Amino acid sequence: MLHLLTTISKFTMIFIMALYTYFSFKALMPRISQESSAGLYKKQTALVMLLFINGYIVILMHTLYQNGEGEASSVTAAQMMLVLFLAELVLLRILFIIYKYFYGAASDALVNNMCMLLAVGFLILSRLSWDKALRQFFLAVAAVILTALIPLFVRKLKFLNKLAYLYAIIGIGGLGLVAVAGSTDYGAKLNISLGPVTIQPSEFIKILFVFFLASMLYNIKDIRQIYVATAIAGIHVLLLVAARDLGGAAIFGVTFLAMLYVATGRLSLFLGGMGLGMAGAFVASKIFTHVQNRIVAWKDPLSVIDSQGYQVAQSLFAIGTGGWMGSGLYEGMPEKIPVVTKDFIFAAISEEMGGIFALCLIFVCINCFLMFFNISMQIRDKFYKLIALGLGTVYGIQTFLTLGGVIRFIPSTGVTLPLVSYGGSSLISTMILFAVIQGLYCLREDQKREEEEIY
Amino acid sequence: MKKKRSIKNREYAVIAYGFLGVFIAMSLYFAYYLTFEAEDFINNPYNARVSLFSENVIRGDVLSADGQVLATTEIAADGSETRSYPYGRVFAHAVGYNTNGKAGVELDGNFNMLRSHSFFLTRLINDFTDKKDQGDSVVTTLDASMQQAAYNAFGNYRGAVVAIEPSTGKILALMSKPDFDPAGIASQWDSLQSDSESSVLLNRATQGLYPPGSTFKILTALEYLHEGGSTEDAFNCEGTYTENGYTIHCYGNTAHGEEDLKGAFARSCNVAFSQTGLSLDLNKYRTLAENMLFNKDIPTKISNVKPSTFSLKKGDDPVLVMQTAIGQGDTLMTPLHGAIIAAAIDNEGVVMEPYIMDKIVNDNGDLVRPYFGETYGSIVSKEDAKKLKKLMRSVVTDGTGSALLSDNYKAYGKTGSAEYTSDKNATHSWFVGFANKDDKEVAVAVIMEGAGSGSSHAVPVARAMFDEYFKE
Ligand SMILES: [Zn+2]
Repeated sequence: MLHLLTTISKFTMIFIMALYTYFSFKALMPRISQESSAGLYKKQTALVMLLFINGYIVILMHTLYQNGEGEASSVTAAQMMLVLFLAELVLLRILFIIYKYFYGAASDALVNNMCMLLAVGFLILSRLSWDKALRQFFLAVAAVILTALIPLFVRKLKFLNKLAYLYAIIGIGGLGLVAVAGSTDYGAKLNISLGPVTIQPSEFIKILFVFFLASMLYNIKDIRQIYVATAIAGIHVLLLVAARDLGGAAIFGVTFLAMLYVATGRLSLFLGGMGLGMAGAFVASKIFTHVQNRIVAWKDPLSVIDSQGYQVAQSLFAIGTGGWMGSGLYEGMPEKIPVVTKDFIFAAISEEMGGIFALCLIFVCINCFLMFFNISMQIRDKFYKLIALGLGTVYGIQTFLTLGGVIRFIPSTGVTLPLVSYGGSSLISTMILFAVIQGLYCLREDQKREEEEIY
Repeated sequence: MKKKRSIKNREYAVIAYGFLGVFIAMSLYFAYYLTFEAEDFINNPYNARVSLFSENVIRGDVLSADGQVLATTEIAADGSETRSYPYGRVFAHAVGYNTNGKAGVELDGNFNMLRSHSFFLTRLINDFTDKKDQGDSVVTTLDASMQQAAYNAFGNYRGAVVAIEPSTGKILALMSKPDFDPAGIASQWDSLQSDSESSVLLNRATQGLYPPGSTFKILTALEYLHEGGSTEDAFNCEGTYTENGYTIHCYGNTAHGEEDLKGAFARSCNVAFSQTGLSLDLNKYRTLAENMLFNKDIPTKISNVKPSTFSLKKGDDPVLVMQTAIGQGDTLMTPLHGAIIAAAIDNEGVVMEPYIMDKIVNDNGDLVRPYFGETYGSIVSKEDAKKLKKLMRSVVTDGTGSALLSDNYKAYGKTGSAEYTSDKNATHSWFVGFANKDDKEVAVAVIMEGAGSGSSHAVPVARAMFDEYFKE
């Protein structure tokens, strides 16, 4: 019976996710009326809840039967799981209400996407590890509280474009600290330990970095501004390389190039910079053994399955064995994949919830960055335009690196899937990122009002 | 207002579309992986997941092309499952085993047999009643009567037999000896593992690397013809030939006397062929061997296939050249490869990739997934194939393969007696060749370790298989 429930839920969840994804792109179509898009957003909100409840029914039943029917320890575990489910449900509703009712101008599409990504993350973490699911919930509570006022700040604080050097100093200081004193994790230095908590400063600094570049580039009066911006951006990237965080270096580097291109309008700078970056990556692959390992694992994971290729091979086994429809929750073996809750969470989702579901998830991520670029085009003030574009690039690159690494489209770089993967720094920084963008959607509302007053 | 907005947005759109393009490419790759590549990964022995399927599915059967059950799962009254093999040892290496690791079709079809495509209502009822679904069956290309014929004719020698349908690549028979009882693998595991001398578990048909002996003269003759030689070129054999301080012997020191290349090929004259070898451009010789799949992965989806090796190159010792030209030296070939070469010559030079899984069917016999023979490509030209066919026919009409003359079909081939130690009298008995009649055709390779000459042992086995295949 449990197997039957799992199998039926597998299909219903795929259906819900597919419908959600369809609506999210339908709402993006040009010339759609305000009313019909509002209707779509309402349906989307309901679908997120439906998916979340459907997933948790399966999780609760499996928890209840994990040690045999009626076993006391199972019942306790199921009760705790039920409490977590309800708490998460409330949290998702609160997040929704904050943006829907306190920030009326916020993008409904983005709120729904945020809730969807968080919901999928909560589900798969509860499936994978009770401890991590619980921690992630508390981190999410903290993130919601910490970011609740950010849209307001973005809307009201008019001096954010004057703090370029402050952003740079904090950024370089933070990355420098990691390069010197960071703890090593899978070959790269990423984290700083502060007592019981470890934080990954680059997750936050990438947002400051976007603010820095926007402040430097929104009003170019003097070519020297570009040189200074380039030099400081270069220091950021080099510090990340020194910490062997090549995924981070790629995120910062591409973000810089994209913002520089948009600010100057010169594609040659972007392409030249990408070429330089490729050359740098090539050199890095010759120097760093951990980069070589990842490239070998990417080219032919099965040939080095006992060593470097193990993780990627396990990921591909998971995705492949799950197939288009997935094995159903608890009926795969995602725990075989090393770091499954972080960098490789997408493989676990694809394995148990299905390739179709996973493909829809990719499209929800696409929908997110399209919403980021959308606001960058709609807003008039160049500083904010650059902020939106920069954050969109950060999000796009990060998502591309993690998804591409998991499915062996590119070598894996060890970055997390925003809002879905386990990890406090990643979760909180992504919530900040989305909150800033929501602030920009609110700003656009002010801009519209001004325009209406003029005309 | 609209206009003002779009003025400065070109760059923004470039970035947005750039990302969109990259993500769509990634999504397409993801879909491609799931549809086409995943299967290669799923069956990897490191993938522990497939074994989970057996909790909900009864492992399906392995069937021969004509519907005989080669492996099945029997369920006792208490629900325990045992894998049984109605043909016992006959298909041991071809079908393989399913405990203590996996081999053969049990390995290659593992994933498929643990999937169920039973009628969906049946599966639904099974779910409600907590019963297992019946897994799909693998229908192989194996022909039970051909396999049985090979098994019966082979006797107690060690060695292997492979039979392929040249136009499709279907493997009709695949036998390796010594063999084992596939149902008893678990209980005999320790003794099977420790017995390194006879390597019972080694599938000699796909992994046995043997000196090809005189069967390699097919390649030597072809290279000689490529370099301007003719089948009418004359040689004189006195039974032995000494050059560079090394003496080549014909089998049993027989003096073949005055002969042309065709006659030398038919009677497998080592003297003539070692002289031929000395005249060859060694780099071209090597290229020819590599075109014919030496030093290359054998094109097939069957797992655990070893590549054959050919190492001769320009500047090597003439003694080694003389040995290599008659299939000794350092050259090694698998029986499967021998059968592929014979099949290609019959098939106008085109290799069809050998395969053993023909289709997957559900418990009702309905098709779930078919497999097709894939064309690897040409390893010899059409004209060369024709010339080689003539030479190989002369082996049957005028030479060492005369036991294959039949009114019922037309046989072609090359025998071999491969020395494998310094003892010139101990030889592996080889035959590679094919036979056809109207549209029907079959290629075989036979090797019998230490049995003697090709014509005395391997040829009768080939004869038994041809007779079986073309029987009315
Ligand atoms: Zn002779």
